[in-house]
Amino acid sequence: MSSFWSNYIIIITLLNIFGCLWLIKWASKKRAGEANEGDVTGHVWDENLEELNNPLPRWWLWLFYITIAFSLIYFFFYPGLGNVKGNFGWSQVDQYEQEVAQANKEYGPLFAKYAATPITELAKDKKANEIGQRLFLTYCSTCHGSDAKGARGFPNLTDKDWLYGGSPEAIKTTIMNGRNGMMPAMGAALGGDKGIDEVANYVMSLSGRKVDESKAAAGKARFEMMCAACHLASGKGNQALGAANLTDNIWLYGGSAGVIKQTITNGRSGKMPAHKNFLGEDKSHLLAAYIYSLSN
Amino acid sequence: MMTNNSNAVAETYNYKVVKQFTVMTVIWGIVGMLVGVIIAAQLVWPQLNFDLPWLTYSRLRPLHTNAVIFAFGGSALMATSFYVVQRTCQVRLFSDKLAAFVFWGWTLVILLAAVTLPLGITTSKEYAELEWPIDILIAVVWVAYAIVFFGTILQRKVKHIYVANWFYGAFILTVAVLHIVNSAALPVTMTKSYSVYAGTVDAMVQWWYGHNAVGFFLTAGFLGIMYYFIPKQVGKPVYSYRLSVVHFWALISTYMWAGPHHLHYTALPDWTQSLGMAFSLILLAPSWGGMINGIMTLSGAWYKLRQDPILKFLVVSLSFYGMSTFEGPMMSIKTVNALSHYTDWTIGHVHSGALGWVALVSIGAMYFLIPKVFNREQMYSIKFMEMHFWISTLGIVLYIAAMWIAGVMQGLMWRAVNSDGTLTYSFVESLEATYPYYFVRLLGGLLFFSGMLLMAYNMYKTINGSPIRDKMPDLEGAESPLANPAVAGGQS
Repeated sequence: MSSFWSNYIIIITLLNIFGCLWLIKWASKKRAGEANEGDVTGHVWDENLEELNNPLPRWWLWLFYITIAFSLIYFFFYPGLGNVKGNFGWSQVDQYEQEVAQANKEYGPLFAKYAATPITELAKDKKANEIGQRLFLTYCSTCHGSDAKGARGFPNLTDKDWLYGGSPEAIKTTIMNGRNGMMPAMGAALGGDKGIDEVANYVMSLSGRKVDESKAAAGKARFEMMCAACHLASGKGNQALGAANLTDNIWLYGGSAGVIKQTITNGRSGKMPAHKNFLGEDKSHLLAAYIYSLSN
Repeated sequence: MMTNNSNAVAETYNYKVVKQFTVMTVIWGIVGMLVGVIIAAQLVWPQLNFDLPWLTYSRLRPLHTNAVIFAFGGSALMATSFYVVQRTCQVRLFSDKLAAFVFWGWTLVILLAAVTLPLGITTSKEYAELEWPIDILIAVVWVAYAIVFFGTILQRKVKHIYVANWFYGAFILTVAVLHIVNSAALPVTMTKSYSVYAGTVDAMVQWWYGHNAVGFFLTAGFLGIMYYFIPKQVGKPVYSYRLSVVHFWALISTYMWAGPHHLHYTALPDWTQSLGMAFSLILLAPSWGGMINGIMTLSGAWYKLRQDPILKFLVVSLSFYGMSTFEGPMMSIKTVNALSHYTDWTIGHVHSGALGWVALVSIGAMYFLIPKVFNREQMYSIKFMEMHFWISTLGIVLYIAAMWIAGVMQGLMWRAVNSDGTLTYSFVESLEATYPYYFVRLLGGLLFFSGMLLMAYNMYKTINGSPIRDKMPDLEGAESPLANPAVAGGQS
């Protein structure tokens, strides 16, 4: 903030505060020809509305003075008057960083100890899993659910089906760096409704569902041309790309014919946020162990 | 003495618009509170939205807030301000046509809100959700309102301007500025616009508006009601003229700064947050000035509280006003806010102000106004008014106690940590723990709502069938003690 605006703020702030004090003084003064204390002022409205000329209640004045004094003292120690930092040099960012540093100092060694243990071993440690679950409930349950079974668009973490891999390292990487799931819209490329319908029939046939055989056969050729690059010719998907396995009858966005067609037509995009910066590696490690334990 | 009194009054003052707003205050109160009860029930039983987008909590909640603040509260303010400004200036409203435009324009705004909000058309700015075409209509109606009000003040036949009118005036002027500045937007289509402010500045403008909507709409405006109806009903002079001067100017100047306390520990710069907190604390004394002036007006007449339900509403509203204007500054302290922010404590605080202060003082004023403007001896049933008072008070107590407990509990649950530094409770656990309190809150809301139904019935019976006044009480002062206690107890 420029010094002009800083000074502007300081001036109008103090003007308002000292204005209140001046107002009290002004209203306490007795004027010539004024009614005595306790008498009516002499003005009458609507037949019988009058006002007494009572003084300001003393206890109320003290309350007013105390809050004004508090504010001025507060502005001396804390920021409030424009660019003036205040005697304590306090800022909310400092306060936050100090609290985080304090917490890291206090709890850091515990998580560092767990971080030194391999995830496969940690997944069998009861105490580690209890802490992992608490982290999960705080940071992950909003999307993946308290039981980690996911929801529409948010993967189930308790089964063996993994979009990006279920190895301890893959899980940890997912937590730390996040993932950007991207299925492109294929509607136009497949030549509209007919093509979409055929591919959908073929995709459903991959998990052994009853389909229109002739459509599925036509869809197979289209699938190999348009979809196999990511989902592979077998339809088993590619974890390096996060391309879903289409043969296990597990559906992230729903497996009805209508929803599958919608997915093919419009594509999908999913986002798992990165947690590296605010959880750190040690906690991500412990969290990965908990998630690994859910399916192993 | 006049023989045809209602005609004489009608010639002197424009009571038509007062009548219209008075009746609509009760009706909009019922509508707004019904929506409140529905969303309170949805928090206990989420399936009550019936999977219909128009009935989801997210769409009905702004409908509830807009309906109670601007439809119910707004009508109460317009009814009373039009009545008070005429009677204390001894002159008819500046323009009957403009006054009628204010009524029908405001009604149109409310109806448009009732349609667009459930459709999901919103700016997403809290208490300013209505989209730009409605915002323009509000601005036009508001300017008309200001012209009628200040035009009447300019034509007054009394030299001094009565204190109630200072507060009404400050409310009308400031709300115009707040509304126009905060609603500034770039329209994209008829139902979509983008705020001209971006990021943190947008948040600050929004809460400068939001908190001053509380300060000027829900505080200054209703203090205007208090300053007329309490001394009128008690029949005693306002306690202190000096106090009214000091607390008026201090209140309206310090309120302007308090908004940032809604944005503690956010991207807002540290100095802005501190300013908001410091001025919120300074605000305590100016706020209490109004309470002292109202309550001390009763000194020497406390016995009247026993048999006068109107006075009960008015005085208890001031107690809730004092309580929530103490609670507000406390909650604005950063360390307290770190616990209370984002919890149901805030909801409790808002409702101790909205139900306890705004609604009770409005109801008291309406019970005063209805017989006066419809030329009846008194309300159809005094007993119903008594019942209404006790039902509402019980409802408020249940509501705010439940939200206080729930809020503090949530704040404590959210910050509880285990020995390993992980959070003790997940968010959903704190939600589950809140269910019983949501249920009690619903009960409190239902009680308050049923009180409004009783009021509507009482109003209906008063207008249709209560004995018509055969004298002109406002000029002669001969009527029942309840309808004009000033005569019965105050002056001899």
